[in-house]
Amino acid sequence: MPPAVLAPVRSIFRAFVSTIVPEAAACDESQWAEVEALVEEVLRERPAALQRQLRIALRFLQWLPVLRFGHRFTALEPTRRARCLTRLENHSLQSVRLGFWGLRTLALLGYYGRPAAARAIGWRAEPRGWEAVR
Amino acid sequence: MTRHSYDIVIIGSGAGGGTVAQELSPLCAKGARILVLEKGPKLRDDEFTGKEVEMSQALYGDGGGFLTADRTMTLAFGCAYGGSTVVYTGTSLLPPERVIAGWNVPGLTLDEITRRAAKYKEQNNVHPLPDSEINQNNRLFVEGCRRLGYRAEQFPVNIKGCRGSSLCNLGCPNQAKLGTNRVQLPAAERNGVEVVTRCEVLRLGEKKVFARVTPKPEGAKGQPSSWAPGDYEIDARVVVVAASAVNSPALLLRSGLGDGLPRLGHGFTCHPAFILVAEHPQPITNFVGHPKSYYLDQFAESERFVLETCMYFPFITAKSLEGFGEAHSSFLRAFPRLQMILVLACDHVNEHNRVSVDRDGRPVVHYRFTPETMRGLIRGAITSAKIFFAAGALRAHVPVAQDPTVETCSPERLEELAKTCAVVPGKTSVSAAHLQGGCALGRGPQDSVTDPQGRVHGQPWLFVADASLFPNSVEINPYLTIMALADRVAETIRQEAASLL
Repeated sequence: MPPAVLAPVRSIFRAFVSTIVPEAAACDESQWAEVEALVEEVLRERPAALQRQLRIALRFLQWLPVLRFGHRFTALEPTRRARCLTRLENHSLQSVRLGFWGLRTLALLGYYGRPAAARAIGWRAEPRGWEAVR
Repeated sequence: MTRHSYDIVIIGSGAGGGTVAQELSPLCAKGARILVLEKGPKLRDDEFTGKEVEMSQALYGDGGGFLTADRTMTLAFGCAYGGSTVVYTGTSLLPPERVIAGWNVPGLTLDEITRRAAKYKEQNNVHPLPDSEINQNNRLFVEGCRRLGYRAEQFPVNIKGCRGSSLCNLGCPNQAKLGTNRVQLPAAERNGVEVVTRCEVLRLGEKKVFARVTPKPEGAKGQPSSWAPGDYEIDARVVVVAASAVNSPALLLRSGLGDGLPRLGHGFTCHPAFILVAEHPQPITNFVGHPKSYYLDQFAESERFVLETCMYFPFITAKSLEGFGEAHSSFLRAFPRLQMILVLACDHVNEHNRVSVDRDGRPVVHYRFTPETMRGLIRGAITSAKIFFAAGALRAHVPVAQDPTVETCSPERLEELAKTCAVVPGKTSVSAAHLQGGCALGRGPQDSVTDPQGRVHGQPWLFVADASLFPNSVEINPYLTIMALADRVAETIRQEAASLL
């Protein structure tokens, strides 16, 4: 089993996901394990350099708010976390926007890629198709 | 290194490779040995579960998220027995006459493409769905277009026994979509063609293919390769490259063919696309039925966009919506009430947009959004919003608007909104699945990579037979055109078999 990419940055990742998808804040430990397992599975196929970039980006995110808010990202309340991410999303530097977009994509994959999350939002597609509704 | 010898080696098993395999397979009865090499796996029927992340990882290159060089767009292409025909929706259109005329390929006419495509339309059961099988997501699109005076048209689709799972893009769990994995490849195999999966072609030599078979990863879907894991050197009298508009030019480039072919990799287009969603007051049937039944192409020439109905899955939808937090989540929670439209920009050949390879020979796609392409996306988004509201939607998500959540409003108000819309690379989620160009058909090495029959200039043993042959954007869903061109390539090889083989 390869080492987990997210392990060293788990608390930052969870704070990030909870800001992207507010419902994630209510995830219990087993649900977080599902979120992280999906992200790990996708990252496993990607180059080691990209895995490193992900960890660096999350650590950057953790310390970024210190100058402005005097606290690390994980210590901020949700509104300030959101304000911090909005700045990254709309940053004038394309590379910063892309870094945020990449992290956001992984967060959404981990959360909405779970069959339970799909059911919770009412997505009901299934192989039986019309038979299931008629 | 294990050595093999074949008469014909076909690289790729999608719309191009699968078609060539079938069309050349009668040669097996005359003693020809034909081999298809496919990088992806062949899944058992019961492995198509419709689960989003699981199937995306199993059936797409890079899980459907292959990034362009500057990372501002993701490219989706199939990587499995059947290539992208496993994951398309089976929409079966032929290009407008002006597109083929604009390609200016000597001897190639729309009449010929239509004639060749007719065979595959019949083999793959192309037909319009009966009205009883059309879901509300599609009906609302038609209704919105009708009220606005637009001409929505129905897609013919290549399905048989469709149960309406709506899971086409994750591989049909009912095997109802008739891609090359269901029709052309099995026919070719019955006639004696060998298909080897999990086999990546590393490079080409003079009448040689160097390939690597990889073992089935633990826990992965699909059957193991019929060849043992390891490296192979395969002698071939004829090689047909049909590995996609990303991988075909990359393979030729890393095989050292770029020096004599200055246009190799150039001319890449892809119909950059994004999805728009809108919330209706009541639940609609969007999770059941064929997802892509109608389209609107009347603005393809004037405003460079095409609209198609669609219904994607939770993660892809979430990724496509702009922003995050409560505003973003509230659209996802409205999934049972969501109508969805895919906006595709009709991009044209641009000198910057091309395929190259990195130091390790991996494909790199350079793509920059031109002002015309961005304008096409914006005009498509505004037109989609008009259709949503004409169909009764309460609010729409317009990813190019400064505030993406737009409450119901008039077409005039939307035109006002258009003035402040922007595609912001790195923020606006754009993806593409109609990858084209890179090995264009044409007259000579200065304007193209292959001759009008798909033969690589200066290499009489080497052919290309996929969407990389397109000299410019086809402006519609490309698979039937790919099959028609692959048919043309196969006919040339059959006619010249005595000298080639």
